[in-house]
Amino acid sequence: MSAAAGRATVRPVAVVSAAQTKSVRREDHRNEVEMLMPVVTDVFANIGVTKADMGFVCSGSTDYLVGAPFSFVMALDAVGVWPPMRESHVEMDGAWALYEAWTLLQEGEIDTALVYSFGRSSPSQLDRILALQLDPYYMAPMWPDPVALAALQAQALIDTGKATEKDFAAVAARSRRDALRNPNAQVAKDQSPDDLLRDDYVVAPLRRHALPPITDGVVAVVLAAEDRARDLCERPAWITGIDHRIEAHALGARDLAQSPSTRLAAQGAGVFDASGDAPGAVHVDVAELHAPFAPQELILREALGLADSVAVNPSGGALAANALMVAGLLRIVEAASRIMDGSARSAIAHATSGPCLQQNLVCALAAEPSGPARKGA
Amino acid sequence: MSDPGTITDSGSSGEAPVTMLATPIRLDYQYTAGLSQSRFLQGIAQGKFIGQRCPACHKVYVPPRGSCPTDGVATTDPVELSNSGTVTTYCVVNVPFQGQSIEIPYICAQILLDGANIAFMGLIQELPATDVRMGMRVEAVWLPKDQWGLTMASVKYFRPNGEPDADYETFKEYL
Repeated sequence: MSAAAGRATVRPVAVVSAAQTKSVRREDHRNEVEMLMPVVTDVFANIGVTKADMGFVCSGSTDYLVGAPFSFVMALDAVGVWPPMRESHVEMDGAWALYEAWTLLQEGEIDTALVYSFGRSSPSQLDRILALQLDPYYMAPMWPDPVALAALQAQALIDTGKATEKDFAAVAARSRRDALRNPNAQVAKDQSPDDLLRDDYVVAPLRRHALPPITDGVVAVVLAAEDRARDLCERPAWITGIDHRIEAHALGARDLAQSPSTRLAAQGAGVFDASGDAPGAVHVDVAELHAPFAPQELILREALGLADSVAVNPSGGALAANALMVAGLLRIVEAASRIMDGSARSAIAHATSGPCLQQNLVCALAAEPSGPARKGA
Repeated sequence: MSDPGTITDSGSSGEAPVTMLATPIRLDYQYTAGLSQSRFLQGIAQGKFIGQRCPACHKVYVPPRGSCPTDGVATTDPVELSNSGTVTTYCVVNVPFQGQSIEIPYICAQILLDGANIAFMGLIQELPATDVRMGMRVEAVWLPKDQWGLTMASVKYFRPNGEPDADYETFKEYL
């Protein structure tokens, strides 16, 4: 199916409100429900609605992070599902919960949805938890940690000749410098790439600065369709296309230096027009890319064909705050917020899941439901 | 030599098939009780049940988890509850299971503490399992004071407190 044909049938749905906690290394005082409640309150208060106005509730989280079975059911106490509500949950980043809500909104039966995700990366050992998403027979028993796997990917990228360690440092320096303007960021500082290159290796070729922080945080958005979106929000961030694709589970079966699943998802989301298929030809005002490790941003930029003029991760991205299960939805929130505050007319948000960018979601956003005016030559 | 695409049935080659693979997994967690549960557990360590009231519907939740699950608002007012309550419903456990520490048959009951609007699960002891009934009035039996801590294990079990059974009308909303 061509992207254009896919777009023609899309019901206009927009992000109309967003709220998040300040990202922190460890939230010591509040449990997940207590973290979520003020964010859910804010996401409704921003636009003067209540839970009674929501046609659907969908969340993304994983019980492994806090070691509590059905933690997503307990988290519903932050919404208060009485009278009973239509609800769903994905054991994935909240970006995929947003995808589910968007899909339901396409059917036309509901006009609004609350989407949230909560991620506490601090209570356990992430190295061990993330190893458990690998093949359980041949890989997980060796407990390969996510930094080592990201280092394999980084080395594969270096070996193509497309990037160097200095490029990784430049991504990290820019991200953390931009994060100085994001009050919710966890890691924000102004350091030159040359300074960063004096860091020790954690796992070569990755130095400390190329790694994401460990973060606790929550995020919530309200989606609304058509006139309901216009009623609720002065400048809705319209989702002009959204798609997600997955690659093989076995790392050895993939070319880690590229992200074909991101490219296909972007095609499905209508990111490319005829001219946009050329590398560097995609012009949007903002791209929020979920690249927990610095080299991944370079791989994603290429897959998405982003022009050099695109502002990538002005929020600081996942290198500034990386609450697991949250950081992907947060990219959509940050991109949508630039449209809702009037500073951008078009944006691309990307979320990833799995080791080494295994699964990728691309969400195209614009100030008009018909999508951005194409500036590509 | 078989071609590379052929899978040979290991059984026919005389080797036993692999039927089990052991992958030991252990995950350690640093649990965050949260504000409301911390308050509750600190009460338990002092021999008290501390619930929390919803500012919207005025129901009292125990143990509180910080939110009213029907209204979705923070429960902020602490409420000290009675040491006694009513059995709203129960079951008698007759099936032995691994790691069982209590002699069967024993009674597992939903107990509505006086002043609370939600029942929680507790053991009933000091009576034959056949004698338990809905509406029975019970009280918490605590460990010796020097063994109280930040754990529900500070409460050994509940036992009949000698009061007449509660009227069904008083607890029918909590079944």
